[in-house]
Amino acid sequence: MKKTLLSATFGALSLGVAFVAPAQAADVSACLITKTDTNPFFVKMKEGATAKAQELGVTLKSYAGKIDGDSESQVAAIETCIADGAKGILIAASDTKGIVPQVQKAREAGLLVIALDTPLEPADAADATFATDNLLAGKLIGQWAAATLGDKTKDAKVAFLDLTPSQPTVDVLRDQGFMIGFGIDPKDPNKIGDEDDPRIVGHDITNGNEEGGRTAMENLLQKDPTINVVHTINEPAAAGAYEALKAVGREKDVLIVSVDGGCPGVKNVADGIIGATSQQYPLLMAALGVEAIKKFADSGEKPKPTEGKDFFDTGVSLVTDKPVSGVESIDTKVGTDKCWG
Amino acid sequence: MSEPTAVSQPAQEFEKVLSDSSRQLASFDTDDKTAIQKLQHFLHSHPAGVPLIVLLLSIIIFGSILGTKFFSAFSLTLILQQVAITGIVGAAQTLVILTAGIDLSVGAIMVLSSVVMGQFVFRLGMPVEIAILCGFGVGALCGFVNGWLVARMKLPPFIVTLGMWQIVLASNFLYSANETIRAQDISTTAPLLQIFGANIRIGNAVFTYGVIAMVLLSIGLWYVLNKTAWGRHVYAVGDDPDAAELAGVNVKKMLMSVYVLSGLICALAGWALIGRIGSVSPTAGQFANIESITAVVIGGISLFGGRGSIMGMLFGALIVGVFQLGLRLIGTDPQWTYLLIGVLIIAAVAIDQWIRKVAG
Repeated sequence: MKKTLLSATFGALSLGVAFVAPAQAADVSACLITKTDTNPFFVKMKEGATAKAQELGVTLKSYAGKIDGDSESQVAAIETCIADGAKGILIAASDTKGIVPQVQKAREAGLLVIALDTPLEPADAADATFATDNLLAGKLIGQWAAATLGDKTKDAKVAFLDLTPSQPTVDVLRDQGFMIGFGIDPKDPNKIGDEDDPRIVGHDITNGNEEGGRTAMENLLQKDPTINVVHTINEPAAAGAYEALKAVGREKDVLIVSVDGGCPGVKNVADGIIGATSQQYPLLMAALGVEAIKKFADSGEKPKPTEGKDFFDTGVSLVTDKPVSGVESIDTKVGTDKCWG
Repeated sequence: MSEPTAVSQPAQEFEKVLSDSSRQLASFDTDDKTAIQKLQHFLHSHPAGVPLIVLLLSIIIFGSILGTKFFSAFSLTLILQQVAITGIVGAAQTLVILTAGIDLSVGAIMVLSSVVMGQFVFRLGMPVEIAILCGFGVGALCGFVNGWLVARMKLPPFIVTLGMWQIVLASNFLYSANETIRAQDISTTAPLLQIFGANIRIGNAVFTYGVIAMVLLSIGLWYVLNKTAWGRHVYAVGDDPDAAELAGVNVKKMLMSVYVLSGLICALAGWALIGRIGSVSPTAGQFANIESITAVVIGGISLFGGRGSIMGMLFGALIVGVFQLGLRLIGTDPQWTYLLIGVLIIAAVAIDQWIRKVAG
């Protein structure tokens, strides 16, 4: 008696599922997995994706790690998305190598996986990568700094304020890109710290925040107080470096360059605290990603990379109020219109 | 008649052996201790001794390797500036750990307080003095919740503060929408927020108000912990809460007051943090809880409660600062700093266990 009741229940359940399933297939659902929910960069990314999803009638579910580097939460999120029957996943991976097996599983289950902002390792583990050209971002600020210094470039003293000790790809690309732009031989362009140019005072880590930026700047100034160019991984680190320079009265004669293009950062460029910054476009990244998933769900067509690059370049522009010839740039007014966070 | 012979010839057979027995009177052990035991005793009575020795040694070693680049008034006071935040948060952590608790939420409380101080001025347009008071109020409230859950609900401090860490940090991000308030805006509208970044220069030595606050706070708490009834009760509660209760200490009230005070000190750290980084940043201070526990442990304060000196925590924080600056100036990979700090933590706890075994 009990058994029949149970099987009847199961029957009803599976019938229910059978009825529901086609209804789900009709509208496209997608997942957005970011590193954290707190970094304004990813907050903006989520905004862009949500707006685009609403416009296209895509159901978007967002997941995030608890902190930057929390890969477990991202693994769980991918598993949830597969179980949920999503058509595609947009992911900014915390652990670019470690996440690959899960990404593989998702692709085998028929999902389109697009890496946002951070390429996976290897990059072709995802169906496509939508990202800023971080090497170009670094090159632009390097070229700008070199052109601004003019003749003094050859005796410059450069400090590098990097991200974390593990040297994630974006850190390496921006750091080495700056060197190429500035005219320093980067040796192995996949490695920070193997260079022997005497103009390099040193590299220190900032964790990408104000506190780390200030401490790192203090440390490097201690190593060589004549530093006159500072490359920073992002604008919060640049703001911290500025505080350290101000404390020793050197804020006027040091050139700070950065990457990101967040609104406080662009404002700092307008105020002359940061000389120039390379602006990237997270909102666009996510919006294009949602579009690509929708297209894939409708026609099965996968996005193609930008010509000559192994990823889809979502663009980068140099923001500065002191343009130099030979380096294309936008001023802070335009930069403010496009800024995020 | 037989009396005179009784001594030489006992009446009973079994008493014969008595004449061979010791005739010495009972006496105390002489105080002959080996050098090691003396050291053990010294460290037992001076818990800040080990970190102080390690601190001086590390300054001498780095000084001899790096010369004046490291061993100058400017560099040494720079280390003080770099550890000021950890030192202030460490003072809060010390109080809690002395009661055999632990506070994982200190960093989060610090950041939330600093965000409240900033946003109340910039979003609500409050006068800066009131906003700062509100920041302290938020710190005290968080501490009160921690204390209430630990003392009244009898929940383990680790669990309570693990939960509060998440709750406070999430509230911080929700409330601030992760907006940074720029240093330049603060210095034009509410310079009082940056007061702890101002400094006094004596020659090449630079003392920010944040550093002075850290030192004064540590000395003040040292006095309170050692010379007042409240302070002795903190130790008593940490050592043995049941014994303290029987001796008439209101353990619940003590715990509440310790957590509330800890919250207030975190708010002070939040204010000092604005001075240090210039801006109000909701993402700052992510590792303040771990850094403060590191300072406390290297400072020789027992995680089992009831033993240790707040000065030890200050030395512990400075040791970490010395290693960080010294190793960066030598130019090693930052990972070596973390590796050495790990070694220091384990060595500190091992020494603590050894000191606990001291006899008498």
